[in-house]
Amino acid sequence: MSEGKVGGVVVAHGSMAAGLVEAVRAITGSDADALIPISNARLSPAALADQVRSACGTMPVIVFTDLPSGSCGFAARLLTREIGSMAVICGVNLPMLLDYVTHRDLPLDELVARLVEKGRASINGTPSSIAPNVDPAVPR
Amino acid sequence: MSIQLYRVDERLIHGQVIVGWGNELHPERIIVVDDDLAGSAWEQELYALGLPDEMTAVFCSVEEAIRRLGEWETDPVKSLLLTREVETMTRLAASGRLQGKEINIGGLHYAPGRRSILPYVYLSEAERHALKDLVESGAVPSAQDLPGGRRISVERLLKGGPEVS
Repeated sequence: MSEGKVGGVVVAHGSMAAGLVEAVRAITGSDADALIPISNARLSPAALADQVRSACGTMPVIVFTDLPSGSCGFAARLLTREIGSMAVICGVNLPMLLDYVTHRDLPLDELVARLVEKGRASINGTPSSIAPNVDPAVPR
Repeated sequence: MSIQLYRVDERLIHGQVIVGWGNELHPERIIVVDDDLAGSAWEQELYALGLPDEMTAVFCSVEEAIRRLGEWETDPVKSLLLTREVETMTRLAASGRLQGKEINIGGLHYAPGRRSILPYVYLSEAERHALKDLVESGAVPSAQDLPGGRRISVERLLKGGPEVS
């Protein structure tokens, strides 16, 4: 992982992590080492923890997981007890990762707070987000 | 029957259990039987983070579980009982309280010394022996990862690799 920047590891079910990382690279052209994808498929809890530990290295790092619960979230949280400069963000999404790759030089705590906010802010739904001031009874 | 599922799954409280089996069986309580976890408050806390609001978790030793199985079987709270090792379930079964009970082998993944049986079941020699002991105790184990998945008999599991298709 790049010197002086916060590393990123995405841990998720199935091929989700690889898909997210591929999407980030396709959109931003970011360094190949900015994010490391890990799937929990066919891995025991110990084997998954080993993979995540190895990917985290010794630099400040954020582990992004899909679900807050389950094997991915559990493996990540487990490692926070042994890796001091590590943070975990659950509920990873693409907007969050896109923001991550362009702000990796921020201090770890500041970056985590920012990404959680960015991730949350990127979630919305329709129709509530469609022109909320327009009367739906009026044809447009 | 208040314990709706006895399951061996080394990931314990995770997506397949909470979402997959949870949506099918609607349990209100997860009983985790594991001697190490029973004595580790911080690990219990980590696992409990994965619980939806409508579920509670109980972590207990094999000894305590044997004492309380009768109570859990008859009280109205719908429960799933999980162990992360076959051997733990075999110790429970040795009490004679799992006679005729179906035991779901749900997730034992790759680790050195284990042989691939199914995509979600890898067994070491010790685990194969524990599985045989489970059968001899009167329990009825079979493999099935999710409610919609195919149930694989213990005979086929014990036949071993290459992977059962």
